[in-house]
Amino acid sequence: MSRETTLRATSEGHLSQALLIGGALAFLGFFLALPLIAVFGEALKAGIGTFATAIQTPDALASIRLTLFIAAISVPLNMVFGIAASWAITKFEFSGKALLITLIDLPFSISPVVSGLIFVLLFGANGVLGPWLAAHDVKIIFAVPGIVLATLFITFPFVARELIPLIMEQGKSEEEAALSLGANGWQTFWYVTLPNIRWGLLYGVLLCNARAMGEFGAVSVVSGHIRGETNTMPLHVEILYNEYDFVGAFAVASLLALLALVTLVAKSVLEWRFELNSGASH
Amino acid sequence: MPGFGLTFGFTLTWLGLIVLIPLATILLKAAGMGWHEFVAVGLSHRALAAYRLSFGTAAAAGLVNAVFGLLVAWVLVRYSFPGKRVVSALVDLPFALPTAVAGIALTALYAPNGWIGQFLEPLGIKVAFTPIGIIVALIFVGLPFVVRSVEPVLADLGRDVEEAAATLGASRLQTFNRVIMPAIGPALLTGFALAFARGVGEYGSVIFISGNMPGRTEIAPLLIVTQLEQYAYNGATAIAVVMMLVSFAILLLINAIQAASRRRMGI
Repeated sequence: MSRETTLRATSEGHLSQALLIGGALAFLGFFLALPLIAVFGEALKAGIGTFATAIQTPDALASIRLTLFIAAISVPLNMVFGIAASWAITKFEFSGKALLITLIDLPFSISPVVSGLIFVLLFGANGVLGPWLAAHDVKIIFAVPGIVLATLFITFPFVARELIPLIMEQGKSEEEAALSLGANGWQTFWYVTLPNIRWGLLYGVLLCNARAMGEFGAVSVVSGHIRGETNTMPLHVEILYNEYDFVGAFAVASLLALLALVTLVAKSVLEWRFELNSGASH
Repeated sequence: MPGFGLTFGFTLTWLGLIVLIPLATILLKAAGMGWHEFVAVGLSHRALAAYRLSFGTAAAAGLVNAVFGLLVAWVLVRYSFPGKRVVSALVDLPFALPTAVAGIALTALYAPNGWIGQFLEPLGIKVAFTPIGIIVALIFVGLPFVVRSVEPVLADLGRDVEEAAATLGASRLQTFNRVIMPAIGPALLTGFALAFARGVGEYGSVIFISGNMPGRTEIAPLLIVTQLEQYAYNGATAIAVVMMLVSFAILLLINAIQAASRRRMGI
C-alpha cells in the first residue's frame, strides 16, 4: 500500500477530523477554559484598584502567609518520604510490595472530608487522644498542626507516585557501577540517583505543592475557620463568598488560579523538554 | 545496594503515622458504635438520599467524561492542530486549580444571573442549585483522569492492526468499534473508575453550586460536615464508613470487570 492509501485507510477525512477537533475544543472551552476566565473576570470586574485592596486586607494577607507556611512544611516532608519510599520499592525485592504501593495510594481514594474527619476523631476534644492532649495543653484540631497533618495526608502519595515508575524504568545498573567503584550509599544517591530523577522529582513536588496550597475539604474540617489564625486561602475564599463579598472572594481565588497556571506552565515545560511519561497522575 | 533498612523503615513509619493509624481510628470508632446507632444515622432517609445523589451524579459525570475524555484523548493523540500544546496543558487544569476556586467559578457561570445561566434561565433550564450543577462540577473535576488514562494506550496502539482491518474491508467505524475500542476499553474503564471515585468524595467544587438542600442537593461529604458541626461524631463516622464501603465495593467490581476483559483479550 502506498503511504497515501494507508493514511486514507487508517485516518479520518478532513471534514470528520475538523468536526472531532471542534467538538473536543468546544467541550474543553465550556468546561475548563470558561471557569478559569470567569475567575479573573469576576476578580477584576470592579477594577484593578478594588482588586488590589481586596488582596491586601489583614485577613487575606494572614491567609496567604498561612497557606505558604503549610506548604513549606508539608511539601518537603512528603518529598523526603517520596524519595525514601521509591528507593526502598524500586531498588529492593521484598514480599508485600504491591500492598505497600496500594497503601501509599490510599489517600487518593478517600474523600477529603473523611481525610479531615479521621484527624478530628484522633485528636479532637472528644477524640481518642483528646483528653491527653487537653491535659498537656496541646492543641491540634482547630489549630495549625491539624491543618498540617490533614495536608500531609492529602498530599502523601504525590512524590512517591511520580518517582516509582521513573526509577523502575532507569534500573539500578548505574548505582551498582558507582558502588563497585567505591562510592558509599549517600554518595551514590547524591551524585548518581538524584541527578537522574531530578526532573521527575520537581514534577512531583509541583503537583504536591499545588494540592497542598489548594486543599479545601480536609482542611475545612480540621481548621475551625478562625480568621487571621487558621484560615488558609481556599477557606478565606469560602468565607468571603458566603458573606457575599464576591469581588474579595474572586480576588483571593484569582491568586490561587494564578498558582494553578504557573504550575501548569512549569509542568508542561518539564514534559516538553524531558518527555516525562506520567500516565494517570493526580 | 545499601539503604534498605533506612528507607524501608522510614517509609513504614511515616505511612503508619500519617495514613494508617489515623485511618484505623475511624474503623475503631465505627466498630465501637452499637449497630442500631450506626443504622439510625448511617442509613437514615437523609443519608440514603445523600448517597443516591453522590453516587448517581458521580456516575453520570463519569459517563460524560468517558465519552468526551475519549474524544479529547483521540484528538490529542491522532490529529495535529494549532495550539495543541496549550490544549494539552489545559486538560490538567482540574488537577492544579483548587476545588473551592472551581466551585465559585462554576457558580458564577451557571447561577440564574450568571455568564451562561442567564441564557439558560429563559429556556427553563436550571443548572446551579440542582443535581445538574453537581454533575457539571464533577465533570470539571474528573475529566483529566479519563484523558490521561486513555492517552498513553491510544498512543501505543500500532497502526498496523488498523491497516489490517482496512485491508480486510472494514469501514473506519467498524475498525473503531471492533479493533480500537476493545484495545482501549480497560484504560477507559480505569479512567471512569478514577473519575467516579474522585466524584463520590468531592466536596469543594460541589458545595457552592449545589445549593445544599437536605434530601435534594445535599451530597454525602457535606452531610458528614453537617454532622461534625453538630458535634455528632458517631453520625459523621457512620456516614463516612458507609461511603467508603460502597466506593470500595464498586471499585472492586470495576476491577473484576477489567480483569475479565483482559483475560478475554488474552493480555
